Amino acid sequence: MNRARALTNRLRRELFATPLDGLITVVLLIGLVSGLKALLHWSLTQADWAVIQANSTLLAVGRYPLNQQWRLWLLTALLSGAAGISWGLLRGAGWPRSDRLAAAVLLVLGLVLPAGLGLAAPLQQRWWWLTALLLVGRWAAGRWGCELPPRWRRLLPLTWPVLYLSGLGLIGGGLGLMTVRPSQWGGLLLTLTEASFAIVVCCPLGIALALGRCSELPLLRWCSTLYIEFIRGAPLITLLFLGQNILGFLLPGGLAPDRVWRAAWILTFFAAAYVAEAVRAGLAALPRGQWEAARSLGLNMVQTLQHVVLPQALRAALPAIVGQFITLLQDTTLLSLIGLLDLLGVARAVMANPEFLGRNAEVYLVLAILFWCCCAALGVGSRSLERHLNRQVLRSQP
Amino acid sequence: MARRQRYLNTLAGLCGLALVGCANDEDTLQSQKLALIKGRGELICGVQGTLPGFSSVERDGTYVGFDVDICRAVAAAMLGDPDKVQYRDLNPSERFAALASGEVDLLSRNTTYTLSRDAAGGNGLSFAPVVFFDGQGLMVPRASGISNIKGLSGKPICVETGTTSELNLADRMRALQAPYTPLKFQTSDQTYAAYLQGRCAAVTTDRSQLAAKRTGLPNPDDHVLLPDVISKEPLAPATVNADPLWSDAVRWTIYALMQAEELGITQANVEAKVAEARANPNLADLRRFLGVEGDFGKQLGLSPDFVVKALRAVGNYGEIFERNVGSGSLLRLERGLNRSWKAGGLIYAPPFR
Repeated sequence: MNRARALTNRLRRELFATPLDGLITVVLLIGLVSGLKALLHWSLTQADWAVIQANSTLLAVGRYPLNQQWRLWLLTALLSGAAGISWGLLRGAGWPRSDRLAAAVLLVLGLVLPAGLGLAAPLQQRWWWLTALLLVGRWAAGRWGCELPPRWRRLLPLTWPVLYLSGLGLIGGGLGLMTVRPSQWGGLLLTLTEASFAIVVCCPLGIALALGRCSELPLLRWCSTLYIEFIRGAPLITLLFLGQNILGFLLPGGLAPDRVWRAAWILTFFAAAYVAEAVRAGLAALPRGQWEAARSLGLNMVQTLQHVVLPQALRAALPAIVGQFITLLQDTTLLSLIGLLDLLGVARAVMANPEFLGRNAEVYLVLAILFWCCCAALGVGSRSLERHLNRQVLRSQP
Repeated sequence: MARRQRYLNTLAGLCGLALVGCANDEDTLQSQKLALIKGRGELICGVQGTLPGFSSVERDGTYVGFDVDICRAVAAAMLGDPDKVQYRDLNPSERFAALASGEVDLLSRNTTYTLSRDAAGGNGLSFAPVVFFDGQGLMVPRASGISNIKGLSGKPICVETGTTSELNLADRMRALQAPYTPLKFQTSDQTYAAYLQGRCAAVTTDRSQLAAKRTGLPNPDDHVLLPDVISKEPLAPATVNADPLWSDAVRWTIYALMQAEELGITQANVEAKVAEARANPNLADLRRFLGVEGDFGKQLGLSPDFVVKALRAVGNYGEIFERNVGSGSLLRLERGLNRSWKAGGLIYAPPFR
């Protein structure tokens, strides 16, 4: 009874404090409710989700050969296992509220979504196994992780680069596996491969450019500045068209790299210029005294950068850099304009199939949800990293 | 004097070298593309990718359609395997750049054969025989009551940008002195979506495409094609101008598909016809056509039985038409001008001699 009164009080205070507040609340509520109602009504009665069910494989991996798709499943299993174990080692044995919430969301997504999409039974079971692997990994690593010798625990972050490289190998083939050419990658697979490659490679490149731009060597400074200003002065789509059409003229036929990799490198070079500017902002925010203190302690240039300057500059630049990553992920949709079958490109091909003509709204809605999930994951990850880093700073201060 | 003589000799030698160099260039230039494709083991074919009946992607990720079958026939004739094709989706504004830069070997993408595209001073393409005779038409909603092109005066018309449709529409409306508002879109999806939303009174493109798209609209019977045909649209595959040997190989592979229909050779009976030609030395025409005797294949830089390989892969011209856009498909287009010349159409192959 008391709690109910507290709740009403709180509602009154926050939503209906003045007549104007009340009016705004009511109008917004009406808008929200009617919008949701219309969306639900449309998706349950008018929409025809057969287009998603029939083309789910195409949307997920494009024209990847059917008999080689076990490699992608293996990769997904490795990724979810590694994610579960890393999660467990970071958090330890306890299950705080945020972890319980995340586990519940994952459980619901893993169990309900495949059934809701009407996937075939074997595919549904595979998703269940993947979810189970992730959660069991979390539980086991939390339970027994702290008993591992510290030397092993220190090796753990190394598994991710190793996993990334072997993942690229699994996707592309070679070393005894059948080669699957990049032109056969597609859908979500292509989007994530291109975006993750660009994100991983543009980071060191951007830091190097930012340091170059702040350097005292004039030639290095001019070259970095010229590069950054050139890239920032050209729209991404023109650079992509340039890469697709001009490289063929410059290099004799067959020598130019595959167009998928061409696009990946252009995305990388493009993002590097923006990351460089974000890092430069971080460097500029650092008080001059930090440099001077480090130098007066006798640290050389590399040590100063590695132990004093970059850790602080990157922490300040992290939100801007992650913002750039999210933009990069969304920019991969431009690849469909140069004829690559990324998520949007495959979606357009699906919508042109005579069987499913006119089903644009369903396809675009699913695309929006998929992109939202990827971007939200990046955002959540970066915020927890920020909190983690800030906590360390607070702890290290006297 | 002697010094001058030596100087002249050197000069002459240099000129000779330069000439030899040119001749060498010419040689390699001619066979460059064929050698490149054979070395790569794969034909790169530029297609539209989202045009029902001509090129689209099935649920299992395979490409199908009329334009796709042309690619498959050429790949079978050259490499012996119709599946050795890499498809590239190209939009109208980048297709010629992709061909010119060597990104694609063959453009099989419902491209209209025109002077400026063929001329060396224009796009500088080399066109293969016309595989589909089309004409530009207009589609309007039945409810609008518009019965001919004059009824569209003062109304907005949806058109895909960078196409001949855009130019033809402008020319025809100017000749009729009818003002109109062109609504231009980059892709056909956007064009038809805008038409369905009622943003324009009509949508214009080639009649085959209109018919194809109409079958996919929510209520096909609510839309009609106007009787006006405002242009000639001969659709032909294209290659670059610079490599005549490669262009000839493509040209005669396509003629072979047409000739096969005339001779009654189909995908089903091609093996029987080969056996018949082998057994009977009097069927000189058939023997030469199927590569049992003569060296037509070698003259083109292909294998002697390139015709048989192409027919085995996709069948003759009539079969390709019926399977993809004709009676065997969802589109049910009439053959019309695309009948063989013996049945009153325009499909005609020069003699295989």
